[in-house]
Amino acid sequence: MNVLLAAVIGVLYATGVYMLMRRSIVKLILGIGLLSNATNLLLFTVGEVSRAAPPIIPKGETTIEGAVANPIPQALILTAIVIGMAMTAYAVVLVKRAYQLTESDDVDEMRITDVEV
Amino acid sequence: MTVVYPILVPLIAAVICGLVRNYRPLQRWVSLGATGVALVLNIRLLLVVQADGIQSVGIGGWAAPFGIALVADLLSAIMVVVTAFMGLMVAIYAFDDITEDHEANGYHILYQLLLAGVSGSFMTGDMFNLFVWFEIMLISSFVLLAMGGSREETEGGVKYVIMNMISSAVFLAATGLLFGISGTVNMADLGSRIHRLAAMHPVLVTAIAMLYLIAFGMKAAVFPLFSWLPASYHTPPTAITTIFGALLTKVGVYALIRVFTLIFGTVNVLWLAQPLLLVIASLTMLTGVFGAVAQYDVRRLLSFHIVSQIGYLILGLAIFTAASLAGTIFYLVHVILAKSALFLVAGIVNKNYGEYDLKKLGGIYYNNVALSMLFFIPAMALAGIPPLSGFWAKFGVIRAGLEAENYIAVGMALFVSVWTLYSMTKIWTYAYMRKRPADYDRPKVEMPSSSFWLRWGPTLAIGAITVIMGIFAGPLYGLATEAANQLVDPNIYITAVLGGSN
Repeated sequence: MNVLLAAVIGVLYATGVYMLMRRSIVKLILGIGLLSNATNLLLFTVGEVSRAAPPIIPKGETTIEGAVANPIPQALILTAIVIGMAMTAYAVVLVKRAYQLTESDDVDEMRITDVEV
Repeated sequence: MTVVYPILVPLIAAVICGLVRNYRPLQRWVSLGATGVALVLNIRLLLVVQADGIQSVGIGGWAAPFGIALVADLLSAIMVVVTAFMGLMVAIYAFDDITEDHEANGYHILYQLLLAGVSGSFMTGDMFNLFVWFEIMLISSFVLLAMGGSREETEGGVKYVIMNMISSAVFLAATGLLFGISGTVNMADLGSRIHRLAAMHPVLVTAIAMLYLIAFGMKAAVFPLFSWLPASYHTPPTAITTIFGALLTKVGVYALIRVFTLIFGTVNVLWLAQPLLLVIASLTMLTGVFGAVAQYDVRRLLSFHIVSQIGYLILGLAIFTAASLAGTIFYLVHVILAKSALFLVAGIVNKNYGEYDLKKLGGIYYNNVALSMLFFIPAMALAGIPPLSGFWAKFGVIRAGLEAENYIAVGMALFVSVWTLYSMTKIWTYAYMRKRPADYDRPKVEMPSSSFWLRWGPTLAIGAITVIMGIFAGPLYGLATEAANQLVDPNIYITAVLGGSN
């Protein structure tokens, strides 16, 4: 399972980076999305993927017996997903606005902040 | 509780601003009042930390390392004081500078959230929580940057957003990997376990350190990852540019200092990190200043200077002695103040003469001596002319470099400071001393006295502090040295957060 997940993460990172290298800003957004999901999956994988009971202490006891899942990676991923979604939503709106203003989705056309005009 | 206030005050202010969103003047006063309160409380925090040592609190009553810890050591406390001070100054300046359109779009809410994010990044003792504060800071800065909606702002926004999102992904991946091998995200806990981890996974720990270097380096705008900064910082209104230039990159520098002292400072990562940081620092100083020299738009010129000054900060970190870290901390405060004053002056010049472009400016000295002095003092402070703050800041870093026998880096720092002086002279000659080109010779636009003081007040105050910092450099350097001593011995921090048990 870990090997499979590692391979998936690798492919996602590679695709994401490839997308970031494109000149189209829409592909840039897709690339960012792939990168952030690859990272979420990375968090998931390093937290040890296992079959185990949920980490809930039974009523009336103070400890749990046996193997339980580690809740922290899931908490981290959930937070990261929510933040990633908000960021992506903003980026999409911004890119749409940039497209309206420049009438191009080519990053090479977006040079007015870099060169003397 | 003192540890919570730097975050709590701006967060509450943001909520209040949201509630009174339809009453725009009221929002301004809330924003102003909140930064004032934050400044008082943060100074109190600094005094408490100085008297009683590192303060730590577990959020929600969950003790570290299980809960999220907020930790105030001297560096954090100094940084939140500077944050609140800059927050207050820019809040005053914003009265005149920020248009009603911006305010209607929620400028004050986002401004307070930005300050909360910055303060949170300085206060947190938890790697993942640092990520969350970074994101709060970033999302508010994204919106603030592109709020005006012009083509320039939007294009600058795209570059800024994309680069910062990549850096966030790298940051998160590094934190995930670190969590994977250590099972903790608490910084103090990581610091106490890192020896064992580095012995078990030497390659992985080095790789994680490098990922952090990339992630924070991108936020701090170091060579070669700084391209987003000069592409975006000059586009929004002056107040927004100033607060960005003052705080955002410095949060990246702070995170680098924190991670490389507390977590990776004592393990065998420095063999790679230290020479790398030295090279990065030198090239950042150099490319930044050369970029600045080539510019004619004042704001772009100053944006490149932000990059150049980041190089000095990284140099102090790279030398990695108590003296050099003290120099870096002093430098951090100095550069935040001096650079902000210059941006604010650029805003005043633009208000009076309607231009940011050096080619179209001229003769301000003959027309308005007071304004030229307002520019001259922070400019000389930035260039490092004694007795202003910049001299002592550079002196500290360079002396530490000489003691550590890093002659090449020291030579580079001195070489770059000559060019810094040159680029300040360029602004001085073009905008202030020479005669204004006849094509652009428009009469000066007089400001009404209310907006005059709203702009001059904060600029004067910051300029005065660069002078005061120079004159009272001794005691302030003492404070910076104390802060650096806490950094070079991570055990102080670890014991304060985890208690004596580890």
